[in-house]
Amino acid sequence: MEGRQAGKESKPSSVSVDLQGDSSLQVEISDAVSERDKVKFTVQTKSCLPHFTQLEFSVVRQHEEFIWLHDAYVENEEYAGLIIPPAPPRPDFEASREKLQKLGEGDSSITREEFAKMKQELEAEYLAIFKKTVAMHEVFLQRLAAHPTLRRDHNFFVFLEYGQDLSVRGKNRKELLGGYLRNIVKSADEALITRMSGLKEVDDFFEHERTFLLEYHTRIRDACLRADRVMYSHKCLADDYIPISAALNSLGVQEVNQLKMSFLKLAEFFERLRKLEGRVASDEDLKLSDMLRYYMRDSQAAKDLLYRRLRALADYENANKALDKARTRNREVRTAESHQQRCCQRFERLSDSAKQELMDFKSRRVISFRKNLIELAELELKHAKGGGTQDTWV
Amino acid sequence: MAAEREPPPLGDAKPTDFEELEDGEDLFTSTVSTLESSPSSPEPASLPAEDVSTNSNGPKPAEVVLDDDREDLFAEATEEVSLDSPEREPILSSEPSPAVTPVTPTTLIAPRIESKSMSAPVIFDRSREEIEEEANGDVFDIEIGVSDPEKVGDGMNAYMAYRVTTKTSLSMFSKSEFSVKRRFSDFLGLHSKLASKYLHVGYIVPPAPEKSIVGMTKVKVGKEDSSSTEFVEKRRAALERYLQRTVKHPTLLQDPDLRQFLESSELPRAVNTQALSGAGILRMVNKAADAVNKMTIKMNESDAWFEEKQQQFENLDQQLRKLHASVEALVCHRKELSANTAAFAKSAAMLGNSEDHTALSRALSQLAEVEEKIDQLHQEQAFADFYMFSELLSDYIRLIAAVKGVFDHRMKCWQKWEDAQITLLKKRETEAKMMVANKPDKIQQAKNEIREEIEEWEAKVQQGERDFEQISKTIRKEVGRFEKERVKDFKTVIIKYLESLVQTQQQLIKYWEAFLPEAKAIA
Repeated sequence: MEGRQAGKESKPSSVSVDLQGDSSLQVEISDAVSERDKVKFTVQTKSCLPHFTQLEFSVVRQHEEFIWLHDAYVENEEYAGLIIPPAPPRPDFEASREKLQKLGEGDSSITREEFAKMKQELEAEYLAIFKKTVAMHEVFLQRLAAHPTLRRDHNFFVFLEYGQDLSVRGKNRKELLGGYLRNIVKSADEALITRMSGLKEVDDFFEHERTFLLEYHTRIRDACLRADRVMYSHKCLADDYIPISAALNSLGVQEVNQLKMSFLKLAEFFERLRKLEGRVASDEDLKLSDMLRYYMRDSQAAKDLLYRRLRALADYENANKALDKARTRNREVRTAESHQQRCCQRFERLSDSAKQELMDFKSRRVISFRKNLIELAELELKHAKGGGTQDTWV
Repeated sequence: MAAEREPPPLGDAKPTDFEELEDGEDLFTSTVSTLESSPSSPEPASLPAEDVSTNSNGPKPAEVVLDDDREDLFAEATEEVSLDSPEREPILSSEPSPAVTPVTPTTLIAPRIESKSMSAPVIFDRSREEIEEEANGDVFDIEIGVSDPEKVGDGMNAYMAYRVTTKTSLSMFSKSEFSVKRRFSDFLGLHSKLASKYLHVGYIVPPAPEKSIVGMTKVKVGKEDSSSTEFVEKRRAALERYLQRTVKHPTLLQDPDLRQFLESSELPRAVNTQALSGAGILRMVNKAADAVNKMTIKMNESDAWFEEKQQQFENLDQQLRKLHASVEALVCHRKELSANTAAFAKSAAMLGNSEDHTALSRALSQLAEVEEKIDQLHQEQAFADFYMFSELLSDYIRLIAAVKGVFDHRMKCWQKWEDAQITLLKKRETEAKMMVANKPDKIQQAKNEIREEIEEWEAKVQQGERDFEQISKTIRKEVGRFEKERVKDFKTVIIKYLESLVQTQQQLIKYWEAFLPEAKAIA
């Protein structure tokens, strides 16, 4: 586990960012190292933007620093009208590590061959998880770099360029708890705004988007969970084939001639199936599960945007009421007026950019689904053909 | 005990009617003509003769011919006039070897006059082969099916009745096609009768399917869920396989109890098969006693063949058990995969419904359909995994237990013989002592007594030796037959199973090929 590196060669990415030919800022994770319980990403930037001192430079970042960057965006009022790209999930090698450990502890009933195969499987799994986490961190950065507004953020520059450690520690328990509470407050607030105050959505587009996103988010979360389970079952099957193939082999070796070939052929077929199932599992994981997961998070980010807009609308409404009250009382009318102006402007600004963002979200989604579904089908075909052609085994 | 027991009657067995054929050649010229009419589809591989035969030719190199073209098979048969001709089904037991004392031929003969089948050459001892041919050209042909499980009665007294259908051209049955209704305990009763008659003389009697209190209770209680239907189907298939194996055994086929089971409309209820009956408990006690005895018998094995075979079966048993456990895990996981795929299909459909981009929505619905079809595929494969592969393995694990039992009986037989010899020796010693001692008044009476006893025990020793040789011979033959059946069974099933696996992959290809254009159509 020490010093594992993920090269550039094959980065699985169910979500790729279309930089639209804009090469003024290119970001990628050129390298990554797994050390004990941390992963260190090497973020490489190529840019001709005037802000940077060099044309090409790289820094080493850890997961917590990505989270810091994400939170900085979320808390920035300027970006309230934008969909903030979802933060990459924490690298989690726990399960994989546990399995490798269990294997290492040894089960005397398995043969050396079986052990080697299982070890191979687990190592491949570990590597796959590693590559995935690299890809997710990369996509996060690339989306930021591609967005005309977000890419100009000061914190982003710092993140990309500042050579030293950003001294960002992971959230402690209090902060995490605070985060959860904030989410609860947010959803309560949202419920309040929409139902209690009788806030009417004036724009059909947003009304539609809201209903759509609510339902879509729930369903895509469901689909993602179930896709995960399917993938897990495929892996179980692949693991099951190992002892079966071994047992058939040892039976075949001892058998009389008439039966020997049958056993050995079946053993070989199971071995082939094992590899196929393993690949099917990892492909479904990448092309389906991961894609669904990403869009689950992205749709959550879109929902967050809608909430912010709604909040701004509520503020605007409140400001209107306050203005009316001030006018009737003829006190502090000026302040109320300017406050109301500000709220109105903010609300309109948010609405405009939200509309654009949501339409981008849709087209991004469609493109991504299309690409991944095609690739999924092609890979599934490839694997099925690997096991289904007669001439290969008869 | 074996000495007193009358061997199963085989119609009118006339010991003097059998003929021995020393020459293997003659056996086959007469089979060829009858073989043409055999409807069975045998596996054309050559027989596993190596370990069984003592003076046969070496086994033919294994040629895996996978087609069931009968013409080819019999073309082969006509050319190959030797003991290594292709296996045919089934093999009738041949008469005992002439090495056995002339008294014994009462057992195990399928006399030419009586038998309605022909035997294909069972390779292990040329002189024992004989081909029986029915006068009017009947061939060994019997097909058994178990179907239509029906619940009879209510509550805890309810039971499942199965229809046992027999199709046969054998003239020992009164009709050529008939069916009866039987319940599970009837099958167990049949097995119990056959076992009590044949096991201890060395025949491998196929074991009946296992009881299951949990399974049956569910059915009785009337739970109409999928697990109880699965249980009933599993049992039905197991009963069918059990009967098929039993009738394949040429000696067992001749048994009147089997015939009664297949034919008669009313069968006396076999109560002794209940687990908690007096007989059931007695069985358990006997089993325990047997286990203890086995450990204490130290047999002088004069024949390495038996030791070798026992070792082989032990090995095979262990490996089959290991494989079976793995296959059971496979079945379980495949069923899970199927359930998970179905769940995913549903959520993909829902997602497709939510999606407001029309082309993507359609593609997602198509994906959902594909996944549903794949789920079906997984279910079918799980079915094949279980009924073809897993059940075959568990059947053979139980069969091998029966084989081991037969070897154990031989040991017990030997023990009896041994004990008789020891007793005889003691009696003779007693007699000798009496001769030396000088007590004229008691002597004559005592002498007579001991003389009688000695004669009695001499006879017992002789019988013991005969029985032992008989059981040894029977076992050799049975093992040979068993091995042949096993090879055939496994090969057939493995090929079918492999085909099912390939078939699944091919279906997957079709499904994904149909989906691909849909995905590409997303605009």
